[in-house]
Amino acid sequence: MEDRILVDIKGLKMYFPVTSGIVWQHKVADVKAVDGVSFFVRRGETLGLVGESGSGKTTTGRCILQLYRPTAGQVFFEGKDLCTMKSGELRHMRRKMQIIFQDPYSSLNPRMSCGAIVGEPIKIHKLAKTNTEYRDRVKELLETVGLNAYMADRYPHEFSGGQRQRIGVARALAGDPDFIVCDEPVSALDVSIQAQIINLLEELQAKFHLTYLFIAHDLAVVRHISNRVAVMYLGKLHEVADRDEIYARPLHPYTKALISAAPIPDPKVEATRERIILVGDIPSPLRPPPACNFHTRCPIAIQVCREKEPPLEQKATDHWVACWRA
Amino acid sequence: MTTLLQIKDLRTFFYTPEGVVRAVDGISYDVKEGETVGIVGESGCGKSVSSLTMMRLIPQPPGKVLSGQVLFEGSDLLKVDEEEIRRIRGHKIAMVFQEPMTSLNPVLTLGDQLSEAMVLHLNMSKQAAWQRAAELLDMVGIPDAGRRVQDYPHQFSGGMRQRAMIAMALSCNPKLLIADEPTTAVDVTIQAQLLELIARLSKESKTAVIIITHNLGVVARYADWVNVMYAGRIIEAASARDVYGDPQHPYTVGLLLSVPRLDEPRKVKLLPIEGSPPDLVAPPPGCYFHPRCRFRVDVCFREYPPLELVANNHWSACWVAKEAPWKTAS
Repeated sequence: MEDRILVDIKGLKMYFPVTSGIVWQHKVADVKAVDGVSFFVRRGETLGLVGESGSGKTTTGRCILQLYRPTAGQVFFEGKDLCTMKSGELRHMRRKMQIIFQDPYSSLNPRMSCGAIVGEPIKIHKLAKTNTEYRDRVKELLETVGLNAYMADRYPHEFSGGQRQRIGVARALAGDPDFIVCDEPVSALDVSIQAQIINLLEELQAKFHLTYLFIAHDLAVVRHISNRVAVMYLGKLHEVADRDEIYARPLHPYTKALISAAPIPDPKVEATRERIILVGDIPSPLRPPPACNFHTRCPIAIQVCREKEPPLEQKATDHWVACWRA
Repeated sequence: MTTLLQIKDLRTFFYTPEGVVRAVDGISYDVKEGETVGIVGESGCGKSVSSLTMMRLIPQPPGKVLSGQVLFEGSDLLKVDEEEIRRIRGHKIAMVFQEPMTSLNPVLTLGDQLSEAMVLHLNMSKQAAWQRAAELLDMVGIPDAGRRVQDYPHQFSGGMRQRAMIAMALSCNPKLLIADEPTTAVDVTIQAQLLELIARLSKESKTAVIIITHNLGVVARYADWVNVMYAGRIIEAASARDVYGDPQHPYTVGLLLSVPRLDEPRKVKLLPIEGSPPDLVAPPPGCYFHPRCRFRVDVCFREYPPLELVANNHWSACWVAKEAPWKTAS
């Protein structure tokens, strides 16, 4: 793995306005989906991004790709800031950064054949000079992801969930990208199919030197696929560390709770396992708690946690955490 | 322990334009009093349909219950009249569904919905039932329950709604609670809360629980007995310890090998089960799992294996279970 940084995010903020009124719409509040997040992704690595629903992990992924234009902050891709780019320039960059979506049912157009779905990026970016070249490329892509070339004429409903996700992967690969945001790519799939897709993603990474941002909530899957792991809670980054480090020595109480809540398929292990059960629910992102936004559910919160926001500080090699008690 | 519920040879098919879907194809199992039974399987394996059949909640048509008996307290739930089943549903046997949003009525307060079953089944006055509803919400950990009982479902978060569903299910002290994917729609930390809650309350009230899930990890901690389903049939059944510690069916073996585990060293590569589950309109001949099985032999292509005792109180439907080739395979 090279040590060069491919994607560098600085102070990323994405606020969605909440409006009120029918005739005269006015803004009443902001949903701070992502609120000042900074991290980087090295070329060739997989950064796992974990957190519960509403933590802003998907929004972060979409902001990087400029599918949402961030409210503030910078997203550097190969050293260039995407947030200030004009749409024409951005379109060129989009070839290099792609996304695989969670739901293989709603992310494929039911009226397009599998071949047309996979071939669309080739057409948009004019990557094939002739029709034959185009068809060969589509065929090659389908075979790369473990589908048969003759399936190109079939429509999405003719495929199983796992096969559909393979089509989604082939589409992401069509532009020959450097960076892919994998947004919960296996959580909608059956357990017996998940491992197939994870293995496929790993094979493709080695073959095409891809860099992944792997968004997921399954901590065991994230440990398997990631080199480093970032933990988000309510729009903020709470811990980033090397994979082995974060699972062996989690410093943030939220990370500890997440790891301990992940079930292990073995009654003998579960019988003796210590569990940290967090009380209460995830607060509304409309009114996040002040200071450390985790203090309302934190088992070890003290006064300072309710008064001041902890900065993201380096505590060990490649291990950053935002917690007063760490 | 005495047997509370006995399911015998349950068979539910759906008649669709594409053909006959053999959703549940001859399953039998028992639930003992106070026991927690896990039913594990992938989507479409018939795990939900089997429990809906028990409660007579399958729309007919397109569904049809072809055979089977569901023996509960001396009567067959599939035979009793409509009035009788309504007395049992929500009273002796209660259910918690996967989607807490769609299974609560959005235009009624939680107090209305919680008290409804108690007024109906326990002959409580409306006031007493409301009082009890607030107590129940408090019991499942809803803060300020006395006031929140007047709230509508949209004022509750996902985790709170699911807790309210659990409160509702337990309101009439059921003998059996059927939890159909109770934690699939909620987050990991909330999932842990809910499972602990179900486990604690069922233990206190000695309620038997059937937990239906696709997540092998979820039932490992809580189930006493586990039935693994594949393509409409039970393919393995044993105590939780035996199913996870010494699986006797290649599908279970494959499932356990294909999921990464946090308590084990990280594997370089996962071992997936190749292929995908069969189409239940036209299942393959022989054993339904044979197209995906690494250990198949000739007979697997021709005949479906019966669910047989292969070890002490451990059942498996596999022709090669006695040889257990997965123990020596890498």
